[in-house]
Amino acid sequence: MTDVKNLDDIFQAKIDAEQKIEPKDWMPDAYRKNLIRQISQHAHSEVVGMLPEGNWITRAPSLKRKAILLAKVQDEAGHGLYLYSAVETMGVSREQTIDDLLSGKAKYSSIFNYPTLTWADIGAIGWLVDGAAIMNQVMLCRTSYGPYARAMVRICKEESFHQRQGYEIMAVLAKGSPEQKEMAQDALNRWWWPSLMMFGPTDANSPHSAQSMKWKIKRQSNDELRQIFIDRTVQQAEVIGLTIPDPELKWNEETKHYDWGTIDWTEFNNVVAGNGPCNKERLAARNKAHNEGAWVREAAVAYAAKKAKRKAA
Amino acid sequence: MSENPNNWPLWEIFIQSKRGLEHKHVGSLHAADPQMAIENARDVYTRRQEGNSIWVVASQHVHASRPEDAESFYDPADDKAYRHPTFYTMPEGAKYI
Repeated sequence: MTDVKNLDDIFQAKIDAEQKIEPKDWMPDAYRKNLIRQISQHAHSEVVGMLPEGNWITRAPSLKRKAILLAKVQDEAGHGLYLYSAVETMGVSREQTIDDLLSGKAKYSSIFNYPTLTWADIGAIGWLVDGAAIMNQVMLCRTSYGPYARAMVRICKEESFHQRQGYEIMAVLAKGSPEQKEMAQDALNRWWWPSLMMFGPTDANSPHSAQSMKWKIKRQSNDELRQIFIDRTVQQAEVIGLTIPDPELKWNEETKHYDWGTIDWTEFNNVVAGNGPCNKERLAARNKAHNEGAWVREAAVAYAAKKAKRKAA
Repeated sequence: MSENPNNWPLWEIFIQSKRGLEHKHVGSLHAADPQMAIENARDVYTRRQEGNSIWVVASQHVHASRPEDAESFYDPADDKAYRHPTFYTMPEGAKYI
């Protein structure tokens, strides 16, 4: 028998050689657990992420914007599915994964616990929230677990229109009437800091990061990704004449990066703990949809059984 | 495996992106029957004209080689360089070969 120590070494050697891990390969329990948690949280985020945007489908300002928003929300459902399938390859049933979301046991990205108050929020979500998600997802295209990496490649291909349509909404509003520009600025003010929180705790406070880097689940640290996002987004805000709501934001000639203020981690921890503005509403909406869809799932199974029987007869 | 009889089975999805090309595995999804699997695959995997033909295969019917056997299973091919055209020395000046 090969002992676990040896299996561990073989596993790490594969990772170090940039070989992907596939579902049937031996992997340490902790690697499996870590990925089940991360990928399922990611899947739940895609699914819950449909709710704040769905809020504006019936009130989009034009048919064009409505069609775009519908397409984007439909993409998010697809992204949730790719990721749920990746979780399933690790031996957890789809039903279990979904139950963990519905019962509140599993987490999803805290950003979706903020409300979408105006149409400009749809712009800010695409530009900032999808923009931040893309930074993370581009990195995850090279993650060590094959099915996760493949899902990410597919998602990244589809996601770039999401960010561009959001930025376009903001650009159009910023060029519009003073009220429209103010609406865009207000959305930026409310979504900026929560978007920065999406990258997770600072490297100093991220206890699992080192192991995730060693296993090449992650390739860049939270702080690194956050800084790249800030550097890119500040320039984009300038182009459309909006102001980043951070008085400490300043270009640093030495580091060639922006220096910026401090994230309110108390707020972050509060929302993670379930006390954000929309936590209860989001879970209630998911549970309602799931429960009200139960008869459809049952009817489809009954119909499939009836058809199979008729075919056999 | 789930015990709930109302859970839909899992299907592996293969898409042909263009006539003349092979069907390629793109992912999996749950559906109650093959027709629903094809329709769901259309919605999930061909929203941007990625395909013009879909195959669905019940995942339970896929059998796979074992990764732990990979070394011995595939090593017979390792020492047979003569199966490749570059193994052979062609006389100087010969054309179209």
